[in-house]
Amino acid sequence: MKKDYSDIFFGTGEKAILDMRSLYESYGYKKYKMRKFEEYDLYLENKSFLAGESIITFTDLNGKLLALKPDVTLSIAKNAKLKGHDAQKLYYTENVYRESRAGNEYKEIMQVGLEYIGKIDLCVLCEVISLAAKSLHTISANYVMDISHLGFASGLLDETELKQSAKTEVLKMLSQKDAHSIAALCERENVKAELSEKLIALPSVYGNFKETLRKAEKLVVNDKMREALSELYGIYGVLKNEKPAKNLRLDFSITNDLSYYNGIIFQGFVDGVPCDILSGGRYDNLMQKLGTPAEAIGFAVYIDLLERYFKDSAETDVDVLLTYSDKDDTAAVLKEADKIRKSGKSVRVQKSGDTKIKYGEKITFEGGAENA
Amino acid sequence: MLNIALPKGRLGNKVYEIFEKIGYECPEINEKSRKLIFENEKTGVRYFWVKPSDVAIYVEHGAADIGVAGKDILLEYTPDVYELLDLGIGKCRMAVAGKKDTRDKIGKTLTVATKFPNIARDYYSSIGRAIDIIELHGSIELAPILGMSDVIVDIVETGTTLRENNLEVKTEIVDISARFIANKSSFKFKTAEIEALTEKIAEYLKREGK
Repeated sequence: MKKDYSDIFFGTGEKAILDMRSLYESYGYKKYKMRKFEEYDLYLENKSFLAGESIITFTDLNGKLLALKPDVTLSIAKNAKLKGHDAQKLYYTENVYRESRAGNEYKEIMQVGLEYIGKIDLCVLCEVISLAAKSLHTISANYVMDISHLGFASGLLDETELKQSAKTEVLKMLSQKDAHSIAALCERENVKAELSEKLIALPSVYGNFKETLRKAEKLVVNDKMREALSELYGIYGVLKNEKPAKNLRLDFSITNDLSYYNGIIFQGFVDGVPCDILSGGRYDNLMQKLGTPAEAIGFAVYIDLLERYFKDSAETDVDVLLTYSDKDDTAAVLKEADKIRKSGKSVRVQKSGDTKIKYGEKITFEGGAENA
Repeated sequence: MLNIALPKGRLGNKVYEIFEKIGYECPEINEKSRKLIFENEKTGVRYFWVKPSDVAIYVEHGAADIGVAGKDILLEYTPDVYELLDLGIGKCRMAVAGKKDTRDKIGKTLTVATKFPNIARDYYSSIGRAIDIIELHGSIELAPILGMSDVIVDIVETGTTLRENNLEVKTEIVDISARFIANKSSFKFKTAEIEALTEKIAEYLKREGK
């Protein structure tokens, strides 16, 4: 019987990464390997796409300004070369360099992600969403994936005469399910009553996919919203019989930067991690900005959160601590250790003396142990 | 079990009273003791008192599922949480105040003393004014009196402290009140519990006409 060490790896997120990689490979996605650094210009021009502002920069030997990569999607999107009907299906496991969540220092963060670049249809949407859900499942069976369509909220906002800055404010309030602030803003800006009612209702349109779709129908005021809803209906129609269906929710309070994202967006949560651990969506607008007019969708998983919130489950460092003294025969000590290992336990061999190691059982080697 | 972070002090006491009235009581909390956490298994709540400015941090990091924090704290620290209700208590205003009878010299960089550097920075950048910020942790009113700053950005409740020190409100920035907040992830996994509590609070507020 061989000891299964996967639990120990899991503590560092490594097992989840391996599971996700084999998942993506089995769907025919190819690994994308990127350089550690990119030209700074790429990030500078798309600063608001990145989560944090700070980027580590340095000059290369020709005096060109380079940056340690804070993000992978931008590079993939920039380097996408599409020929005819071909689509790119890629995934990556890369370290990115960002300001830590607490601020004030840089951190190396492990990120796993998946990108699809090419024509998007219902089949692609469902595949990417179900891959995102399955990625969450590799971390924990107790997960929730919220799905939304940016066209829905922005369609409703289009009907109002709000300024761009006010619209952005409404979207931010929406992401905080802050209905009372939306109400206050609508009153201040004299938004028509029938529209403000709908805007105020939007944060509470979430939950079970089927029921929420029906609730959302009442809010539709134009074609943009109708199209968004029908895309969601399409996805629900396909995924409702799939395994992840019960973990999928519809939640119109998820939003993202409209200048990069459009269409379907989603966020994943697992029980025990206090913030979203997966985030993704459709980003045709980003492709447009980078000069490759194409459709694209993808997501990233923040592996660093696993390390922080999933504590090492093992209570001991090692099952057996085997101690020996100078008098003992080395070959016999090592042989004895191997013997115990064969029984399925992990063994640490160490000279006798004080130790801080936590062990399940301590065995002091005695010359005649094999006879015992 | 819902973990609830309450702000220490007068506001927190008022909030607990509301929770008690709508059926989330925890009698242990009123006993004099040095305990930090109070639990009532019957009603499914676990309360703890924390420094008012820390409530949002506890909720954002998921140590508390829900909590009550002033809008001033939410504006200053912009935690990634849901803001589910305006409780309509702890009302006050975030305002710019300065010495009476002084006039703002627009041509010069304004020195602002405040406990809320982010709110001050956001406000002045929204009106395109160059400022220097002096960050203080208490007795903000002293700064303009001693000439350390031109104005202060601070919370004004009744304005008594300002009046007694020959200061006055120059501009109001935003209205502040206590907000009911929830951790985003907790909201996904304890949806029914949090919704039930939110609804009961909303009903209570309606009844009380707040």
